[in-house]
Amino acid sequence: MTESGIPVVPEGVSELDVVGVRRGSFQVSGSGDTSGFGGLVSPIVMPAPTERPYGGWFDELADEIELALADRNLPVSSVIDKVVVDRDEITFFVLAEYIVDFARMLRDEPGLRFEMCLGVNGVHYLEDKGRELHAVYPFLSITHNRRIRVEVTAPDANPHIPSIVGIYPSNDWHERETWDFFGIVFDGHPGLTRIEMPDDWAGHPQRKDYPLGGIPVEYKGATIPAPDNRRAYN
Amino acid sequence: MSDVTYSSAADPGEDVYADSYETFDGTVYNLAGGDWDSIAAAPEGEKERIVVNMGPQHPSTHGVLRLVLELDGETVTDARCGIGYLHTGIEKNMEYRTWVQGVTFVTRMDYLTPFFNEAAYVLAVEKLLGISQNIPERANVIRVLMMELNRISSHLVALATGGMELGALTAMTFGFRERELVLDLFEMVTGLRMNSAFFRPGGVAQDLPSDGEKAIRDTLPLLRKRMKDTADLLIDNAIWMGRTVDVGYLDLQGCMALGMTGPVLRSAGLPHDLRKSQPYCGYEAYEFDVPTQTSCDAYGRFLIRIAEMHESLNIVEQCLDRLTPGPVMVEDKKIAWPAQLSIGSDGQGNSTEHIKHIMSESMESLIHHFKLVTEGFTVPAGQAYVAVESPRGELGAHVVSSGGTRPYRVHFRDPSFNNLQATAAMSEGSMVADVIAAVASIDPVMGGVDR
Repeated sequence: MTESGIPVVPEGVSELDVVGVRRGSFQVSGSGDTSGFGGLVSPIVMPAPTERPYGGWFDELADEIELALADRNLPVSSVIDKVVVDRDEITFFVLAEYIVDFARMLRDEPGLRFEMCLGVNGVHYLEDKGRELHAVYPFLSITHNRRIRVEVTAPDANPHIPSIVGIYPSNDWHERETWDFFGIVFDGHPGLTRIEMPDDWAGHPQRKDYPLGGIPVEYKGATIPAPDNRRAYN
Repeated sequence: MSDVTYSSAADPGEDVYADSYETFDGTVYNLAGGDWDSIAAAPEGEKERIVVNMGPQHPSTHGVLRLVLELDGETVTDARCGIGYLHTGIEKNMEYRTWVQGVTFVTRMDYLTPFFNEAAYVLAVEKLLGISQNIPERANVIRVLMMELNRISSHLVALATGGMELGALTAMTFGFRERELVLDLFEMVTGLRMNSAFFRPGGVAQDLPSDGEKAIRDTLPLLRKRMKDTADLLIDNAIWMGRTVDVGYLDLQGCMALGMTGPVLRSAGLPHDLRKSQPYCGYEAYEFDVPTQTSCDAYGRFLIRIAEMHESLNIVEQCLDRLTPGPVMVEDKKIAWPAQLSIGSDGQGNSTEHIKHIMSESMESLIHHFKLVTEGFTVPAGQAYVAVESPRGELGAHVVSSGGTRPYRVHFRDPSFNNLQATAAMSEGSMVADVIAAVASIDPVMGGVDR
């Protein structure tokens, strides 16, 4: 690791997926701590992109996907940003503008036949600049008994991802939930309204920058800060 | 809301409880009951639509669900669900707790299937930790044992509340009585009837009590006999069949489009069960059938639940036969909870042996205990999606770690949340009373839907 906190790329890995930096040990600063732990800097590195061969049935699946994309005149390199194989799960990072075509291909192609999209989940990487919001779609193929994950990113400044409700109607409520909690706008959704929070709620509560309330408890003059401002191990 | 003008309640002759307002679609009258006379003078020639707000209320134990029904006489022309009344921010809360504490939250989501919630979460955490293969055999058997008992108790409630909603009150008293037998076993094993927080990353919190195996074995014949009584009560019951046969119809095509899993999917004839297709916790070693029906209706789902309870009883028996002495937590002391609980004279407490060890024998053990309990363990960065077959369908846990001592993001794909979307497809065009049967056959639990 270099002094700036940016890690050296190990051999055999094309690039590191740094999504944030962890500083200190207790989420506090300026406390006069002289232990040295306050000066800790460690990057948060997600599993790096994987190069072929992926191993197991992943290669067969990737071949099918590449062939199916070619059939549809979609260049693989511009549709799939990267592929990550980690912990026996394969993740395809698909560019937002192609997600509808990609989902239709997953559903219709006989060699893929992912009958089910098990919803969509948002993840907010506050420091992953330009791609803060991730929408994660788990897919299940009952025919081939396979699971894959498709991940689409969008910047906070322009949080738009096309909706795949037209292809997987079951994603209706899931996309509403992800809009509700993360503010990802699924373009083309038939009725993108809040689902869990009240209709007049302000903000999207599961974003990492959403301020938490905390309880104004006082005990001998002390106040309890909100959980995100509380001292904690990190 | 510029298209809505509320009439002032102070106007002479206005009903203060049931006012009316103008919209683009015409006049909308709010009715609070007993005041039909006040809209007797509704304008002629306009198309009349009646929208009934069923709920938000607590229909037996499903939780707080709101159904907005548009009616044409007794026929439902449009059905929409309103959810969110039980949202408690469990997923967000977990981001501020350690990995082990997360179990305490997830067990409270779908409160009828606490062990399945825990299983999905701990399996995902174990996958992230890379210790899935190191879980002791005994811990896996205990997990399967608890999950299958839980499947029985959950299906019994589905039966009981479904029966109550359709007026079969004996089914309700039977169902809850039998469920109590199972909950007694939960209490004996985990200390709690519900919300046990019993599964932990790496194993289970506690071994079975010394008399646990015998108590479970002794309960099974009674459970089997009484479940047969409940089934006999309803299976050929003309009223029950009249209320459920061909009601809540959803064929395989509809099920696939709406992402249905669990008994609803199996009632359309597809024997899809994650315990068979993608086994976890050693399910591949158990012998059981996946019951299916082809009637696609509420009655078929009822028959499937009855059959699944019997299969679960068989699995529980196999679990008891497979129980061999051994550890119930991974060996890795950096993950395993340091203390064992034991029942002291005051009813509960930590093991006195462990307290003696850390307080008077080994300072390093004390430090280790303190660090693991306050800070917790770290989980390597990455993400995992693990799904288990809950009584309602595929319960998936998507867990993201940023390498810290707390989850970065946890999301649950709750089967009730997804399956409730089928309410419209199942009940539009049917009678109002059939909506109740259709929703009961989905068996949604709003604690899981809203999380």
